[in-house]
Amino acid sequence: MNPPRIEPLGDCAALIHCGEAIAADVNAQALAIAHALIDADLPGITDIVPAYASVCVRYEPGAWIGADAQSPFDRLAVRLGALVENAQPVAPIDAGLIEIPVSYGGEFGPDLDDVAAHAGLMREAVIDLHGSAEYRVAMLGFTPGFAYLLGLPDALHMPRRATPRTRVPAGSVAIGGAQTGVYPRETPGGWHLIGRTPLNLFDPARDPPALLKPGMRVKFVAR
Amino acid sequence: MSITVLAPGWQTSVQDGGRRGLAALGVGASGAMDDVSRRLANILVGNMDNAAVLEITLRGPRLRFDADCVVAMTGAALDGLPMWRPVAVRAGTEIAFGTMQRGAYAYLAVAGGIGSETVLGSRSTDIVAGFNAALVAGDVLPIMESSHIQHRDLWRRFHARTATGNFENPNVVATLWSLNPRSWFDLDPHNPIGVIEGAHFAQLSDDAQRALFDSTFRVGGDSSRMGLRLHNAHLGLRELLELVSAGVVPGTVQLPPSGDPIVLMAESPTCGGYPRIGHVIGVDLPRLAQRRPGDSVRFVRAALDEAQTRYLEREHALAALARTIKDRLQ
Repeated sequence: MNPPRIEPLGDCAALIHCGEAIAADVNAQALAIAHALIDADLPGITDIVPAYASVCVRYEPGAWIGADAQSPFDRLAVRLGALVENAQPVAPIDAGLIEIPVSYGGEFGPDLDDVAAHAGLMREAVIDLHGSAEYRVAMLGFTPGFAYLLGLPDALHMPRRATPRTRVPAGSVAIGGAQTGVYPRETPGGWHLIGRTPLNLFDPARDPPALLKPGMRVKFVAR
Repeated sequence: MSITVLAPGWQTSVQDGGRRGLAALGVGASGAMDDVSRRLANILVGNMDNAAVLEITLRGPRLRFDADCVVAMTGAALDGLPMWRPVAVRAGTEIAFGTMQRGAYAYLAVAGGIGSETVLGSRSTDIVAGFNAALVAGDVLPIMESSHIQHRDLWRRFHARTATGNFENPNVVATLWSLNPRSWFDLDPHNPIGVIEGAHFAQLSDDAQRALFDSTFRVGGDSSRMGLRLHNAHLGLRELLELVSAGVVPGTVQLPPSGDPIVLMAESPTCGGYPRIGHVIGVDLPRLAQRRPGDSVRFVRAALDEAQTRYLEREHALAALARTIKDRLQ
């Protein structure tokens, strides 16, 4: 892997860029950097957002001014560079294995047959394959609590729908490209729906509000 | 103390300084589209910078003030109350706000701040995420006690000057002085908006690189608090870019396959997978927010150093203004 690159994301954020791939090792590096940043507790940092291959750092420029003419971004980038260099890989989050119960197919998974046809498998084989793999949460985004999961078996990879649905029901378990995930609430969406879970993935009144967080291990269980 | 919503207008919502620290969970900041106008409204009634106000979009609501209160309106001009100054309103007064002729957002701050329900540490409405919702008729907004301003004193000190504008209302009095919005607020769609080149600017075709800064874009009717969609010049890439989702922020200019750029705004998602061709600079984001569908937008190239210098100058000036007005309200 190349050393991470730090790019300005406008004048109030920076992006630490680890690569351009959906891969476990790149994601582990991004999560390690995010943890190092949280531990460092730098001034004026409002948000630290790990993604597949990057970490976004939102900051208040006023917290990064000094005596010389160096810009807030340049000053912050020096600190971030040093942190990135020393970031230690984080151990997997010790939250055990989160099991997500899923009702596959039928009205809950209207695209299960399409996924089976695309994979050249019986629909039972798709359910077995999806449910037998162990996944790891790579990142949260798109909508509050939406977890992008790494570890979808190759046979189930499938390009997104040509036309996204305007309404995907909350709890829908879906496949998009090499990824699988669960829609926490009703939103538009372009992934293939294979089932649905009754679990509430995101509840603003709960602490923590999101059921899943980056680094957690996840398994789907047919119900 | 409360305000009752009699009619909501086109889209009126409660907005404070936004949600912080939760972007890693996919929770965006939300907050006001024109956050400088929101902060100025708070300054004019002696509120904390972060206090919740009403964000009014294009056509104003009809409100009943159920208690004596001190309010301030900022942002795009609309009939209803004198703007850019503290205004005392008597209990029971009903105000029907008009329609904006120019600009898109106005802000109504109430001394004490709006005390509606907090979700994840903020009162900001996030329409896309479903945290609270735009106001509907019948909503009752609690108003918190102001530590700073006593309505009775103001009524006396404002010398009972009745409201100016297209109406005379004996239940509304305003200060003789007002804030000159010129240095804070700009509705002229011909003034260019500063943009810093994004990570994927170099991947735009030569024509598209020129077009980003030479074209006059038009704000699309499909724009929202999530983003402004800009039409008129289709921008093309040298070759298809396959990107993995990465963090984005308000101001990020994304290029979806349609070729029409999207500038992410207050309800920006936390991550996105489209090429990042530019970033609107922080000081110009509130000005861009005031462009309404059909308005034109021109971009001018900005350097990061200069953008950060101007950002710091603005924060400095806002802090100085807040101190001056606080003294005046004492």
